Amino acid sequence: MKLPETASNMAHLNANAFGAAARAALEDQPLRSALAKATDTFADRRGRVLDEMPAWEELRTHGNAIKAEALSRLDHHLAHFVREAEARGTKVHFARNRAEACQVVEGLADRLGARTIVKSKSMVTEEIGLNAALEARGLEPVETDLGEWIVQLAGETPSHIIVPAIHKSKDEIARLFQEKLGTDGDLDAEELTAVARKILRGTYLEAELGISGVNFAIAETGSFLVLENEGNARLSTSLPRVHLAVMGLEKLLPRWQDLETFLRLLPRSGTGQHLTSYQSIFTGPKQSPEDEGPDEVHVLILDNGRSAVLEDDVARETLACIRCGACLNVCPVYRQVGGHAYGSVYPGPIGAIVTPQLVGTESAVPLPSASSLCGACRDVCPVKIDIPRILLHLRGKVVERMPTRAPLERLGFRMWSLAARSPRAWRIATRVGRPLARLAASPSGVGRLARRLVPPLQGWTHGRALPRAAKVSFRERYARREA
Amino acid sequence: MRVSLFVTCLIDQLRPEVGEATVAVLERAGCEVHFDPRQTCCGQPACNSGYREDARAVARQALEALEGDDPVVVPSGSCAAQLVHLADLFEEGSSEHARAKALAPRVHELSSFLVDELGVESLPSGYRGRVTWHDACHGLRDLGTRDQPRRLLRAVEGVDLVEMASCETCCGFGGTFSVKMPELSVAMADRKLDELEQAGLDAVVSADLSCLMQLGGRLQERGSSVRTLHLAEVLAG
Repeated sequence: MKLPETASNMAHLNANAFGAAARAALEDQPLRSALAKATDTFADRRGRVLDEMPAWEELRTHGNAIKAEALSRLDHHLAHFVREAEARGTKVHFARNRAEACQVVEGLADRLGARTIVKSKSMVTEEIGLNAALEARGLEPVETDLGEWIVQLAGETPSHIIVPAIHKSKDEIARLFQEKLGTDGDLDAEELTAVARKILRGTYLEAELGISGVNFAIAETGSFLVLENEGNARLSTSLPRVHLAVMGLEKLLPRWQDLETFLRLLPRSGTGQHLTSYQSIFTGPKQSPEDEGPDEVHVLILDNGRSAVLEDDVARETLACIRCGACLNVCPVYRQVGGHAYGSVYPGPIGAIVTPQLVGTESAVPLPSASSLCGACRDVCPVKIDIPRILLHLRGKVVERMPTRAPLERLGFRMWSLAARSPRAWRIATRVGRPLARLAASPSGVGRLARRLVPPLQGWTHGRALPRAAKVSFRERYARREA
Repeated sequence: MRVSLFVTCLIDQLRPEVGEATVAVLERAGCEVHFDPRQTCCGQPACNSGYREDARAVARQALEALEGDDPVVVPSGSCAAQLVHLADLFEEGSSEHARAKALAPRVHELSSFLVDELGVESLPSGYRGRVTWHDACHGLRDLGTRDQPRRLLRAVEGVDLVEMASCETCCGFGGTFSVKMPELSVAMADRKLDELEQAGLDAVVSADLSCLMQLGGRLQERGSSVRTLHLAEVLAG
């Protein structure tokens, strides 16, 4: 099951504008200070809970092994999950792409005659642009996670995988509430939360359908889990008559026992908690004699480009991601520009490898290059995804698949490699090149012109002095010494 | 002990003094240093920009220049890590893959070679100054070099080593990243330099010339008097 790589796989996609969006973000001081504060807080919290976990490395290794195993036989585990889930009364749907996924949800909403739909936080529903699709049919999807609700109220998209409104300061949120809800403009965090809570409580009771994401699905029992801290996911999935969970097909774990590892890895990595306040496990609709819970439980399993990733030996481990967001908090690029600059539902280091693979190389060209390859992401990843290695792999794909892109860069690397593959050519090239490089770094008119016109020099001298090449190279000095 | 020096193209062409300091330090530690002039570059610039074919061609040259059994010492964590991972560029089962695999365990970053392989505790250096250590990403995260350079620096009598909270934060260089996304790259440097300039330092020391170029170029633009020094320069001083 392979889909053509098209930009339409993802809602709100604008990844090719990363450069301009990043530059704009760098000028946005309130954004940068909100980001610095929040990412520091999360990274510090994570650090503190890990100090109490001497076996953290073993746990990561174990998590990595479980995911690798799950991905290596994903078809088998999926079939197992479907059998078990259906045996317990869960209805399973498949969607190959965004359009099919939205159709499934729309069909369900139509059958129920739903108008209000409550949603708990779910990245995959952001990926398929579910809210916009439902709104276009006159339905009213309401986000119930506080951060998501704020983002929805502002008409924006999330800028962090687990902290959707990380780009907003408390004061900005107070002003947003004032503008949209008519509250006082100086409410504190507790008062703002109370406002949201009051409005949302009524909505849960009106909703005919509750939609959630899925953190983990368990093949051997047909169960799935949602982790959260606000209780909104539990309300969204238990008060409405019907619960629909949407998941990417990579969310499967083979065994119930695997949760022992992942329930330790995820909360610590994501929010720096030992455990989230709520972990809800869903195994089918209510069965007599139970009198609580939904009458119907549906699971929608989405491909949307994932099965193609599965076939890529280097990049496959991208699908091991458990969406904890730890890599965002430590990424020196994300910390400077925030999530919106990535022009994708999935930002940060993980987004830079997920997005191009879901939407196609050509639709997210700058993302694999939006990294200094520092490796901080790899160090914190709870399942040890080698993000820098996959970034390189994807940079290679850009070069391979887009032969007419960046012709000067291509030519430059070819000339450089032609010189560097032969000691004699290298000696000649560097002997000719060094005086030119010295000239380019000099205060002379020629130097100034070179720095303005030659692309790499122009880039470098944006805020940095150009180093001067040596008059005599190391190898020349060494040869003299030996002689 | 006979060692083979991979000097790196940046040091060769831009700061040969660092190469000479590296030779001096290794000789003081009792090594006989050999430099094979067939070496050019490790291929990292092309590899990190996605030009794998060009990177492979240059990597072949590195394999040839570094043939033999001697340990290969590299005054750069980044280039050392590239040489360690050279096999990734070649198809498994190919002769180059096998040669790259054989090369990997022979490659050592300078400070870890001195401390872990030679057991050096201190070197006689007359350098005096208040400095901080910048952990270059690849040395730190790919090779696990963290304590070795600090131990060597602390052992220099005149060195006052001050730790920065951001010591492990990337300087923003990132190879072609620095010229493809200059505003972002500079903003990343500034995040470190804001802290560094508060500390009244004489110099920031690292084991990678690329980071030193990035930080030094930015420091100069900011009108700062803080210098950038390679570890070898401090140890040889």
